[in-house]
Amino acid sequence: MPNLDPAGSDRPQPGRRWVNLLLGSGVLASIASFIYPALRYIIPPAVAESTSRSVVAAKVGELKPNSGKIFKFGAKPGILVRTRDGGFKAFSAVCTHLNCTVQYRDDLRQIWCACHNGLYDLEGRNVSGPPPRPLEEFAVNVQGEDVVVTRKG
Amino acid sequence: MGGKKEKPDVDFAFKTVSRHSPLATRHSIWALVLLFAAVPGFSDAPKDSCVTCHASLEGDLAKPAQAFATDVHHQAGLSCASCHGGDPNDDSMDAMSPARGFRGAPKRTQIPEFCARCHSDESAMRRFNPKLRTDQLSQYRTSVHGKRLKQGDTKVATCVDCHSVHNILAVSDTRAPVYPTNVASTCARCHADPQYMQGYKIPTDQAAKYQKSVHAETLAQGDTSAPTCTTCHGNHGATPPGVGSVANVCGTCHVFFAQLFDKSPHNAAFAAAGLPGCVQCHSNHEVLHPSDDWVGVGSKSVCGNCHAQGDQGYAAAETMSSDLAKLKDSYHRAEDILNTAERSGMEVSSAKLELGDANEDLVKARVNVHTFRAEEVQKLTDQGVEISQKAHGAGVAALRERDLRRKGLGLSLIFIVLAISGLYWKIRQIESRAGGS
Amino acid sequence: MAAPRSRLLNWLDERFGAGSVEEFLRHKTVPQHRHSIWYYFGGMTLFLFVIQVLTGMLLLLYYRPTPNDAFESVQYVMTQVRFGWLIRSVHSWSANLMIFTAFVHMFSVYFLKAYRKPRELTWISGMLLLFIILGFGFSGYLLPWNTLSFFATKVGTEMAGSIPLIGKWILIFLRGGEEVTGATLTRFFGFHVAVLPGLATVLLAMHLLLVQHLGMSVPPSVERSIAGGKQPARSMPFFPTFLLRDIMGWYAALGVLGALAAIFPWELGTKADAFASAPAGIRPEWYFVFMFQTLKYLPAKILFLEGEFAGLLGFGLAAAVWIAVPFIDRRAGFGRVSRFFTGLGVFALGYIVLMSALSYRHP
Repeated sequence: MPNLDPAGSDRPQPGRRWVNLLLGSGVLASIASFIYPALRYIIPPAVAESTSRSVVAAKVGELKPNSGKIFKFGAKPGILVRTRDGGFKAFSAVCTHLNCTVQYRDDLRQIWCACHNGLYDLEGRNVSGPPPRPLEEFAVNVQGEDVVVTRKG
Repeated sequence: MGGKKEKPDVDFAFKTVSRHSPLATRHSIWALVLLFAAVPGFSDAPKDSCVTCHASLEGDLAKPAQAFATDVHHQAGLSCASCHGGDPNDDSMDAMSPARGFRGAPKRTQIPEFCARCHSDESAMRRFNPKLRTDQLSQYRTSVHGKRLKQGDTKVATCVDCHSVHNILAVSDTRAPVYPTNVASTCARCHADPQYMQGYKIPTDQAAKYQKSVHAETLAQGDTSAPTCTTCHGNHGATPPGVGSVANVCGTCHVFFAQLFDKSPHNAAFAAAGLPGCVQCHSNHEVLHPSDDWVGVGSKSVCGNCHAQGDQGYAAAETMSSDLAKLKDSYHRAEDILNTAERSGMEVSSAKLELGDANEDLVKARVNVHTFRAEEVQKLTDQGVEISQKAHGAGVAALRERDLRRKGLGLSLIFIVLAISGLYWKIRQIESRAGGS
Repeated sequence: MAAPRSRLLNWLDERFGAGSVEEFLRHKTVPQHRHSIWYYFGGMTLFLFVIQVLTGMLLLLYYRPTPNDAFESVQYVMTQVRFGWLIRSVHSWSANLMIFTAFVHMFSVYFLKAYRKPRELTWISGMLLLFIILGFGFSGYLLPWNTLSFFATKVGTEMAGSIPLIGKWILIFLRGGEEVTGATLTRFFGFHVAVLPGLATVLLAMHLLLVQHLGMSVPPSVERSIAGGKQPARSMPFFPTFLLRDIMGWYAALGVLGALAAIFPWELGTKADAFASAPAGIRPEWYFVFMFQTLKYLPAKILFLEGEFAGLLGFGLAAAVWIAVPFIDRRAGFGRVSRFFTGLGVFALGYIVLMSALSYRHP
C-alpha cells in the first residue's frame, strides 16, 4: 500500500485532536457494538433449554380427573390426560390417520378424533376407526407445581 | 409261543395280561409295542389305530394321518374316530365297521351336517372352547353356498373348502386359510377362476379388483381390522348385501359418511333409482384412495357421471371442488413460507401449530362433501382459508424480522466506518510527521 | 512515552524480559514495494482465526454434540439466544472467509517465492496449517447435524475408504464406526474444539516465531531491482503504521462479516435423518469442490487402481510436491524466478478455479 501521505503535504489536515476523537469514538463505538451482542448472548434466555424435548404442559391441579388438555409441544399439539385415578398420561395429539388433532372424551373415557371417528385407549392404542397406529406416548413427570412432558427415547 | 429272547415284552404281557382271545391280545400287545417304539408323536397320546395304520399306507390314504398332527382338533385331544366314528383301539379292519360306529368320509352334500354334529352342539363345544359360536350351520343354510348345496350343486364351497380338512388351523393362526390376510385368496380359489365359475353368471374379477383397493393395502400392512371378503359378505352366511344395504355395510366402519349420506339428497334419489349408495362412486371391490379430483366436473370426477351442466348438482359439485382447491392452495402457501422461515432459523412453531387446524378443516371438508351441499363444505373451507392466511402472515412477519436485522447491522456499520476513517486519518497524520521529521 | 506505560513495561520486563520484545517490535519494519499488498493476507487469516476462536467459544456455551440435541441446540442458538443468529452466522461465514484468505496467502507466498531459503520451515508449517484449517472446515461442517452436513460427511469419509489396505481403518477412525452416527459427531466435535486447535496453536506459534525471526521476504524481482539501483529500498515501521493498516483491513472484514450474517444468514436446514436418501446434487463445501469434481471425471478404474483411489493418490502426490517446493525449486534458492514453478503454480490455481466452476455450472 503506498504511503498515504508521502513526505508530508501542504494540504490542510484535520487537527490532531479531531483525528484522535474520530479514531477514539469510532473504535470505542464499534467495540461496544461487538461487545454488546456478546454480552447479551452469554446471558441464558428465559427458556433454559430447547423446547423440542420437554415442556411444561400444565400446572398440578389445573386438570380434574377424567379430563384432558391440548398443549403445544414444539410445532405440534400434545394431549395431556388426567385419568380417573388421578394419574397423568401424555401423547402426541396428532392422529395417526390424517393428522387431525385428537381430543379427550370424558363420556367415552378414551381419546377421540373428530375427523373420522377414530378412537384410542388410555395407553394410546388405536382401538377403533381408521387410525393405523397408536399415538406416540410421552413421559410425564410432576416437578413441584409443574406437570412436565418429555419426549421418550 | 416260546420264550424267544428277542421279544421279552410279548412273553411277559402274554403271561400276565391276556384275558381275551390269544390272537386279539397278541395284536393288542404288538400294537402297544409299535405305538411306543415307532410313532414318537403319539407316544403320549391314547392309542389311535387309525393314524397308526393309515400313516403306513401310501398316497391319499396316508395324507390325513400325516397331516393330523397339526390339526387344532388333534391338539384338543380328539382323534379320527371323534369325527369318523369307528374303534381306535381295534387294529383290524373291524375298526371301520358300522357296528363299531364307523361313519366314513361324508359325501360333499353332507359335509356341513357332518361338522355341525359337534359344532352346532353347544354342550359339546362348551367342553372344548366355550366362546366359539355354534350357529355356523344355520348361517350357512342362508348363504348362496348353502342353498345351492342343498339343491345338489357340489361345486360350491363347504366347510372343508375354506377351513381345509385334517390339518385345520384355528382362525387366529396366521397360516389358516381363513386368517384375515388369507381370506381373499381363499375365496379367490374358486371365485377368480373363470373356468370353474362358468355357468354361474357372476363376475370373476372381484379378487383382482380388491387387491388394488385401499382395504387390501391396509390389511397387507398388518391392520387385521381392515375389511376383506367376509367382512362385507359374511363368512358362513356369505351373501352379497344387496343394493339397498350396501351403504349400511360400508357405514359400519365409515360412520360419519353413512350418517351424512343418509341425510343428504342423494339418499332418496339413489334409492328411487335403485342405485347402491357408496358403491356408486367408490366401487365395491376396487375401493381406491379417493382424490380431490373426484369432486367437481373435471375429467376424473364422479359427479359428472350423472350431473350435467345446468342442474343443481353440477353447480354444487363445481363449488365444492373450487372451495377445496382454494383451501389446499392457501394451506400449501402458508406451509411453504413457514418452512422457509424455519429453515433460516426463525421461530415459527406457534404459527405452524395453528396452521395444523387448517389441515384439519381440509380433512373435515372432504368428509362434508358427502352432504352433497356446497354450503356445508364452504363453511369449513372458509374457516381453513382464514387460518392459513393468518399463518402465512406470521411467516411473512418472521421473514421480515430476519431481514430487519439489517437495521441493527447498519448501526454497527456506521461505527465501523467511523473507526476505519479514524484509522485512515491517524495513519496520514503519523506518516506526515514521519515524512517531515 | 507516558510514565504509567513505562512502569508497566518495566514490571513486565523484570519478569518476562518483555523489554526486549518491545525493542524488537519498535524496530520491526515491513518492506514497501508494488507487491506489499500481499503482506496483509497472513494477518487477515490470523485475525479471522481469532474470530473463529471467539465465536466458537461462545457457541460452545450452548452447543450439544449428540444426534438428539445437536440440531436442536443450534436451532436454540438461532431462535432463542439473543444475537445467537449473529454469532452463529459470523462463525460460519468467517470460516469460509478464513479459508479463502488462507488460500490467497498461500498462493501469494508461492508466486512471490517467499518460500525460498531460509523460509522453508515457514512454508511447511504454513501448508500444515492450511490442511488443519481444511480439517476445521470439514469437522465443523458436521456439527449442526442437518441433512446437508450429514450426507456431505458421509460422501467425504466414504472416499477415505477407497484407499487400499489402510483405507478401511482410516474410515473407521474418522467415523468412529462403519457408518456416520452419533459416534462420528462426538469424534468430529473432539477434533474441532480440542485436537485441531491444539495442533494449530503449536504450528501457528512456530509459524509466527519464524516470521518474526526471519522478517518479511522481498520478492526476487524487487530484490534485483533494488540491487540494480532501479528503486530505493523503502520500508515502513511495523508499529504503528503497518499495524494500523492491518487493523483497518480487519475492521473492513468485520463489516463484511456482519453484512453477510445479516443479509445472508446461515441456514439451519432440516435435521439429519440417517435413513432418508441423500438429496440430489449433494456436494461438499466449496473448498473441497475441485477435488470432488475431479473424482467425478475419473473412470471407475485406472490401470489396476480403483478410480477414486487413483484420484486421491494424485492429490496426495500433488500435495507432497507442493510442500516440498522450497527444496525442489533450486533457482528460487538463488533468488531467481523459475518459469517452470511459476507455471506450475498458475496451472494449480487455474485447475482449482476451473474444477470449482465446472461443479457449479454442471451439478
